[in-house]
Amino acid sequence: MINNNRNSIWNTGYCHIEGPLSQVYAVWLREFKVFLRERSRLVASTFTPLLWLFVIGSGFGSTTAYTDIDYQTFIFPGIVSMSVIFSSVFYGSYIIWDRKFDFLKSVMVAPVNRGIVFTGKTFGGMTNSLVQAFILIVIGAVIGIQFTALSLAQTTLVVLLFSFALTSLGLALGSYMHSLEGFQMIVSFVVLPLFFLSGALFPLDNLPEWLSILTMMDPATYAVDALRNAILEIGSYPFKVDVDILIAFTSGLGAFGVFSFGRMKAV
Amino acid sequence: MITIRNLVKQYDDLTAVDNLTLDIYDNEVFGLLGQNGAGKTTIIHMLATLLRPTSGTATVNGYDIVIESAKVRASIGIVFQAPSSDDMLTGYENLKLHSLLYKVPRQVREKRISDVLELVGLTERKHDQVKKYSGGMRRRLEIARGIIHKPKIIFLDEPTLGLDPRSRESMWKYIQQLVKEEKITIILTTHYMEEADILCDRIGIIDKGKIIALDTPSKLKEMAGGDDIVKLRVKEKNVQDINNILKDFRFVHKIENSVDGYIILSVDNASRDLPIILKKIDVELVEFTNPNLNDVFIRFTGQNIKEEQEQPEGGFMEKFARYD
Repeated sequence: MINNNRNSIWNTGYCHIEGPLSQVYAVWLREFKVFLRERSRLVASTFTPLLWLFVIGSGFGSTTAYTDIDYQTFIFPGIVSMSVIFSSVFYGSYIIWDRKFDFLKSVMVAPVNRGIVFTGKTFGGMTNSLVQAFILIVIGAVIGIQFTALSLAQTTLVVLLFSFALTSLGLALGSYMHSLEGFQMIVSFVVLPLFFLSGALFPLDNLPEWLSILTMMDPATYAVDALRNAILEIGSYPFKVDVDILIAFTSGLGAFGVFSFGRMKAV
Repeated sequence: MITIRNLVKQYDDLTAVDNLTLDIYDNEVFGLLGQNGAGKTTIIHMLATLLRPTSGTATVNGYDIVIESAKVRASIGIVFQAPSSDDMLTGYENLKLHSLLYKVPRQVREKRISDVLELVGLTERKHDQVKKYSGGMRRRLEIARGIIHKPKIIFLDEPTLGLDPRSRESMWKYIQQLVKEEKITIILTTHYMEEADILCDRIGIIDKGKIIALDTPSKLKEMAGGDDIVKLRVKEKNVQDINNILKDFRFVHKIENSVDGYIILSVDNASRDLPIILKKIDVELVEFTNPNLNDVFIRFTGQNIKEEQEQPEGGFMEKFARYD
């Protein structure tokens, strides 16, 4: 009897939320399947961070040391952030492909709220970034970086938050653009400053004042710092502060993304 | 099923749809026939709520296209000019995706997917990625996708554009099948006369954003000038006698004798009148033609319908690289 009762409540609740949730799931699943099938995409986007980690990391590592940590280890959290920056923002370009192939039109003509499409897409971008981050973490473990359950959990949290923020940004930019060339031009004005100003490659202490101010305005700074706190237990700000600031950026950029999707023209 | 009242879509210096008023009935196949750029796709996009009209209104399945756009979208299926399925996914996955987006109830989802795959003849290939499909198969998948949620209305925007003649005919077959098996109103746009003639119950000829003629295919053809042309070849020595006999038929409007020995007649209706003529006279060879929708089109617009021209579409740099 009790069991029956619970079942029926569960069922009504389930029916009620099944629609929107299954729509988010549908959009996410499509993104994930395409991601899994386009191996070249995964290989290419993993290759660049590795190049940085090994060539820049070892190259500069021979002359530079940051306190008692070698340079390659020092930039590892920055390289993880970099992989998130690149994959998340470039993910926004897929919306332009979707538009070119009219796939977007077919989604927009379905009775689906734009916010749901946006959410599904963003989850797709977050999944991609997370997979890439984990590949880097495995490689990091191989080159001698030690992970604990806690640092892995913290890393996952930061990667998810940060990729949510940047996927939102990428999708928002993509929603205004109609050509890939235009997107790439805009993106180089976004991606490279995000990366270079984040302190991914250098410590934030003792910077000239103008640079210091710029780094403070860059959301990536807090992602890099949070990851450094989590993985290497060094950081310029406390982990909690990093995460709070990331949450603020994520909310803002998420809202911007939803707004942009709402305004996006269907044809 | 659809009522359109004074619908206008104005772009900067171009009126794409010009004060259109039109009713489309339940379960009919309605064709919008016109050249590229006549405004067909713009009408479809407005009815499908993808474009906002500049002024005027329309209701689809009883819902206003501006105020109740979500309800309109739930009532319709649409097949775009260019196939819009994701070619990295399989046919089945594309249908699954859309059945989720359209909230097809879980209990009937799989059944519905296999039903529509069967209807368009893609059951065998459902687990192949769409990029391995032929052009015709892609179009059929689009149709399957368009009806997965059992819409009241389906829009087919140039459903056979760019297909070879054989795939085109098989597409017609599937569309006719759809008409037979589902209770559905179909609105299709085309610039192929033959297609409109074969598939549609009624045709609206559209030019520069206006409907300039609206009727059944056969009525339209009558309006275009009616007379069928019959060519007869007879033995030369009989020509004069036969001319005299033909003059007495009421349904023969005009007789000409061509230099190469044919007698050319204008008659009311060749399929009815020819047997009567043939009973009276001895003929070596017969040819006849009905007026077709092309004549209709020329009559109403004063020009021939043009074949599709590929519109180069490119990005930023490609636009600069073009000289025109």
